Amino acid sequence: MGTCLCDAFYDDVARATVEILEYLGVSVEFPENQTCCGQPAFNSGDWASSRKVARHTAEVFAGDLPVIVPSGSCAAMNRHGNLLQFEEEPDAAVTSLANRTWELIDYIFHGLGIRKWPGRFEEPTRIAFHRSCHSRGTKTGAAVRQLLGSIENAEVVPFGQAEQCCGFGGTFSVTFPHISGRMGTLKLDKIYEIEPDLLVGIDMSCLMHLSGLATAQGRHLKHYHAIQILRDTLIPNSSLA
Amino acid sequence: MIGIQPIDQYAQLISEEKQHSVLDGSSAGTEKRYQVLHKDYADPDALRKLAGAIKDHTLHHLGHYLAEAEQALVSRGAKVHFATTGDMAKQTILDILRGHGVERLTKSKSMAAEEIHLNPFLIENGIECLESDLGEFIIQLDDDEPSHIVKPIIHKNRREIARTFQAHGIGVDYNDDPETITRRARVHLRRKYMEAQAVITGGNFVCADTGRILLVTNEGNSRFGMAPVKVHIALVGIEKVIPEEKDLSVFLNLLGRSATGQQLTVYTEFINGPKSPTQPDGPEHFHVVFMDNGRTDVLASNCREILRCIRCGACQNVCPVYRQASGHAYRSNYGGPVGAVLSPLLFGDRFPELADLPKASSLCGACNEVCPVDIPIPDLLLRLRDKAKREHVYSPAAIPMAPFAALATQPALWRTAMTMSKAMNHLPISVAPVKPLQDWLGQRTLPEFHGGDFRKWFARHKQGK
Repeated sequence: MGTCLCDAFYDDVARATVEILEYLGVSVEFPENQTCCGQPAFNSGDWASSRKVARHTAEVFAGDLPVIVPSGSCAAMNRHGNLLQFEEEPDAAVTSLANRTWELIDYIFHGLGIRKWPGRFEEPTRIAFHRSCHSRGTKTGAAVRQLLGSIENAEVVPFGQAEQCCGFGGTFSVTFPHISGRMGTLKLDKIYEIEPDLLVGIDMSCLMHLSGLATAQGRHLKHYHAIQILRDTLIPNSSLA
Repeated sequence: MIGIQPIDQYAQLISEEKQHSVLDGSSAGTEKRYQVLHKDYADPDALRKLAGAIKDHTLHHLGHYLAEAEQALVSRGAKVHFATTGDMAKQTILDILRGHGVERLTKSKSMAAEEIHLNPFLIENGIECLESDLGEFIIQLDDDEPSHIVKPIIHKNRREIARTFQAHGIGVDYNDDPETITRRARVHLRRKYMEAQAVITGGNFVCADTGRILLVTNEGNSRFGMAPVKVHIALVGIEKVIPEEKDLSVFLNLLGRSATGQQLTVYTEFINGPKSPTQPDGPEHFHVVFMDNGRTDVLASNCREILRCIRCGACQNVCPVYRQASGHAYRSNYGGPVGAVLSPLLFGDRFPELADLPKASSLCGACNEVCPVDIPIPDLLLRLRDKAKREHVYSPAAIPMAPFAALATQPALWRTAMTMSKAMNHLPISVAPVKPLQDWLGQRTLPEFHGGDFRKWFARHKQGK
């Protein structure tokens, strides 16, 4: 398992990842020397820097175990971005990491074959699911919707312009603060339109951006990673919080 | 380090009216475009990939297909010209017009002509040149620039257009009813068509096997322009050639659906060549100008996939940055994602000046998802960012990444930084180390740092087993 954002901010997401994977019979390792996948440098165009980080990551995760990340964007970095930045000088370890990396819910749904989740909400719960952009063109979004929707008392409610980005994009939100802020506000408006009880995503970075904007605008937004929902509807009171 | 990205700045400064026009105009129809593609095709992605593969194949054998197209065009009676640069293309067109004694012409919409600013050039040289596409006609009246490939006036609302018509005396009074605007434009243009001596068009596709040129419009303005004149000049980029006419079954079906959500554009014209002796009217002289203007440089780059583009504007419509900033923010006739890739490459000597364009993307991938020829636009944006960095092009508001990489390759130091990060929870925004971060924190709150907490839990959890 690999993560840096959850290591820094969202320890409960990382914990839920371990708890649910173990519940499903998977033994989890968290290599101590892991840092970041290198995406910030890669997206900034500083590929000399990001290749160094990618090589480090490939080394830390060397072997033949699947690498599970609770983030669509880290998965996309390992699986696709790395191949792009090494296309002129392919690196066997980096290619191996690409072939073994899974986004967490994708792994549970397609890797482990779990199609229905035995969890339960106490009360009817309306969920707005933000399918983050890095899972575009994959089957992950549909997998998350199906798993969440199979939880008793849960309803995944579609909202408008769902294909639009939340405006985070990592360093993009720092270098284009105004456009990014408007994109996020637009997304929030569309989400609030359906009056959801919860906002659920598979990338804490998107949720961090959206909740950060919402809080600054005086709006409340309960937001969770999908893995927290899987855990909390299955194992009550397990959360650290 | 301190600075602001030009496109972000532009988005901040445009009027609320313009911003609404662009946002509404580009968002409208997204669902319709999706539906019309998915209703008629079980697997539209397969079709997009096929179209991309045909274009790729053509680009790999461009010399071959161009030669074949030239031969076929000549055998149909067309005169074929090749122009290496935009200036050569303009001069070639001017020479042809002078050769036929043309003083007045109409022109249908052409991105290639916009690219080289053909209109102002011809007008400077004393040739009256009237845009016959309604949107482009309004742009011409306003002395404005188009801001969208398919909808050049997406940044205007009907009240602005009504004011323009009123100012130019087109119609008797101010009237912002779209139908009235269109009717008035038609009356004005019809007279101009009849006075013209030549027509300039672009070309959506050139079939190498038959030498026929395809033109698609929704207004019929190009065929109207052709009817009364003796001279037709088609200006086309060299990448517009396709191997066989039957390939159109793929491209035409994708173009209308991707551009406007139509199964087919209202007018689809197959230009056979100059008028045959048995035809009652039509241009007697047909000139085709193939323009390179930087395209072979793009072909030689690692972003050659952008030459697959069939100019449908789908990527502009879905791009969240385009929607907020408008096409004008991109400082060329190609705005939005396609422009962010194409402009810095096509105008190669201006690369440093345009290297900020590929940065204007959250890499959300919406552009690639709707592209009818499956251009991996986010990958190309990334390659151009890498190129800018390697060529040491200054980038405003850039965050230095070397220190990050140094930290991220030293695990012990990284872990310490993670644990230390908790101290940040107690610091005010104003001590954020860089200006962009201060701006960021001005609009958003950051969650509390919990660095080290998960690792501690995980270690205990593992021991407990």
